[in-house]
Amino acid sequence: MNIPLSYSFRNLLTRRLTTVLTASGMALVVFVFASVLMLAEGLRKTLVDTGSHDNAVVIRKAAVSEVQSGIDRLQASVVETQPEVASGPDGTPLLAKELVVLINLQRRGSTKPAQVVIRGISEKSLFLRPQVKLTEGRMPHPGSSEIIAGSSISRRFKGGGLNETLRFAMRDWKVVGIFDAGNTSFNSEIWGDADMMMQSFRRNAYSSVIFKLRSTAEFSAVKERIESDPRLTLEAKREPKYYADQSEMMAKFLRILGMTLTIIFSLGAIIGAMITMYAAVANRTQEIGTLRALGFRRRNILIAFLVESLLLGLIGGCTGLFFASFLQLFTVSTLNFQTFSELAFSFTLTAEITYKGMLFSLIMGFVGGVLPAVRASRMNIVDALRAV
Amino acid sequence: MHIVKLLVRNAFRHRLRTFLTVVGVTIAILAFGLLRTVVSAWYAGVEASSASRLITRNAISLVFMLPFSYNEKIRQVEGVGTVSYGNWFGGIYISEKNFFPNFAVEPKTYLELYPEFIIPPDQKGAFIRDRKGVVAGRKIVEKFGWRLGDTITLKGTIFPGNWEFTLRGIYRGKDKTTDETQFFFNWEYLNESVRKMMPARADTVGFYIIGLKSPDLASEVASDIDGTFRNSLAETLTETERSFQMGFVSMTEAIVIAIQLVSFVIIIIIMAVVANTMAMTARERFVEYSVFKTLGFGKWHIAGLIFGESFFITMTGCAAGILLTFPVAKVFAAELSTYFPIFNVSGETIVLDVGAALLVGFIAGLIPTCRAINIRIADGLRRIG
Repeated sequence: MNIPLSYSFRNLLTRRLTTVLTASGMALVVFVFASVLMLAEGLRKTLVDTGSHDNAVVIRKAAVSEVQSGIDRLQASVVETQPEVASGPDGTPLLAKELVVLINLQRRGSTKPAQVVIRGISEKSLFLRPQVKLTEGRMPHPGSSEIIAGSSISRRFKGGGLNETLRFAMRDWKVVGIFDAGNTSFNSEIWGDADMMMQSFRRNAYSSVIFKLRSTAEFSAVKERIESDPRLTLEAKREPKYYADQSEMMAKFLRILGMTLTIIFSLGAIIGAMITMYAAVANRTQEIGTLRALGFRRRNILIAFLVESLLLGLIGGCTGLFFASFLQLFTVSTLNFQTFSELAFSFTLTAEITYKGMLFSLIMGFVGGVLPAVRASRMNIVDALRAV
Repeated sequence: MHIVKLLVRNAFRHRLRTFLTVVGVTIAILAFGLLRTVVSAWYAGVEASSASRLITRNAISLVFMLPFSYNEKIRQVEGVGTVSYGNWFGGIYISEKNFFPNFAVEPKTYLELYPEFIIPPDQKGAFIRDRKGVVAGRKIVEKFGWRLGDTITLKGTIFPGNWEFTLRGIYRGKDKTTDETQFFFNWEYLNESVRKMMPARADTVGFYIIGLKSPDLASEVASDIDGTFRNSLAETLTETERSFQMGFVSMTEAIVIAIQLVSFVIIIIIMAVVANTMAMTARERFVEYSVFKTLGFGKWHIAGLIFGESFFITMTGCAAGILLTFPVAKVFAAELSTYFPIFNVSGETIVLDVGAALLVGFIAGLIPTCRAINIRIADGLRRIG
């Protein structure tokens, strides 16, 4: 016969202070574990949403990002004539030649500057990025100093709101529209007409060429042709790969930091659980003797204490995940070391993270409880009953 | 004397529990110390920067260049001593994993402005004479096993192509806070090649470094320089090296804040563990405390017993943690040298370690002490753990 579950549960209730302290230690560990996973997931999601598998990005060879790259007009038009570039309903190629530069802007209510991406766009830019939607105002007229700002820019930067003006490149730019790009990094960008921007920044070259593939299977063919063409010093990447490469360092940093912290923290929490369970066993020596005398087997005792420890883990895991779920309200914006531009992403909770967090918490409970439970089950009936 | 003996005996009554708690505190202090070191490594660039150097760059942002002709104009500004200039080269050595900062600079003035880079005079001479020469910091030279005279090839990201350099000098830092992972070569070499390949980008400079005649002049000189170029095609932004570095740090502030928060969280976790130990210990000994009270020992005596034990445990763990911090930090420094060129455990970190351990010891002892003091003797004697 098994010892009823309520025995283990009530034991936890009796030693309330100890239970709360141990469970909250575990909760904090699960909280940190989950938040790191959520951060990594948020970063991944931002990148996946930013790029489309059917789009190819062409930048100068060896340049890591669009900011470092430069493609002169001649090279850009060679790319434009590749047969793999898809055509739109009107027969024109679905291809955008873009200019990307960084400028310093001030945040609202602060004097600290941040680096913001300015993107000069072509007619097809919006079409190539279906996730970008104009929410307010209108698109800028070609050849005018008008811009549209991403929703996160308009909220957080001085002069970024609708009908406000920003000054850069010796010119005032009027914000005529606000766009929303969901979860993607375009939200932290400002868009305007590419040719107008090249004129103002006195740059003679585009930064990148983006096009939609006629058929997604033809990517390797066009990549090979572009990269071996002696007139071009360019390389082509699929969009998701391009964005993943850019934040490789950031992702690696998050991974190292997260794993180190989780290992260290879980050691602390396992020790906490172990102390609690050893004490629970030591305090209840007589009780264990009585249970054994009543006919419960060693196995039953082992299970009862393990269940108690797993319950501790369960409480800790639930509490930790409960608080971690509130993190979804926050957005992290930081400098991407590789591109020198701002990268914003939010904590994202997925079913997999919930499951991992719970599993992790239960493992902590199990590891912390297994040795004490074994000790309890090994006790000799007579000695246990005689203990003071 | 007796009380100390009692404290130690008490602490070792449950050997396993005390041992586990001490290990917990050790791990927490170790983690706390490492995280604080990461934070200070983040600010290392700011700490190492000098107040008597100014950095002038394009006002739009770092990716825009300034004309080389500004060199002479800046030199004419009142209060300016030495002017050096350079470009961020952004070259990759074999693979992106081997990141180290590399610049093209004007060799003579650059070394003059950075006296903290110590380089033997014969190597310095060889570097200045050789157009393809390069000086690298001790750490990266050791990491990649370079020797003087070796040819090093970097793949340019901003300036396309493969660039060959000859190692002419190895510099050491004046003290531990100097970055020994830099790689700098002759600006002329870059400029001449750029002039051939893409003439439109030739004769431009990424930044000017200005040595001041006196550090007090910083703000006036900075505004004078910016005033000189106002309303030109390339407006400038001049600030002290310190605030220039600070600008980078503040852009990554979110990460620094997260690490700081986490370092406090770990202290809270260990607080829960130690408080748990003390709560259990005290609960088991209520009978003893009641006997003490019956014998006439006062409240303070009992408080001393509990706090003493709590501090004994945390301080033992703290000492072990601090001792472990140094070797572990060394391993970290080697592994993470790409991210943090400077990774030293500072005195302040040790002080914070001890402070955190004292705080944990105090808070952990607080609730059990209150309970032990307030319990009535009869209840205490009657109580079963």
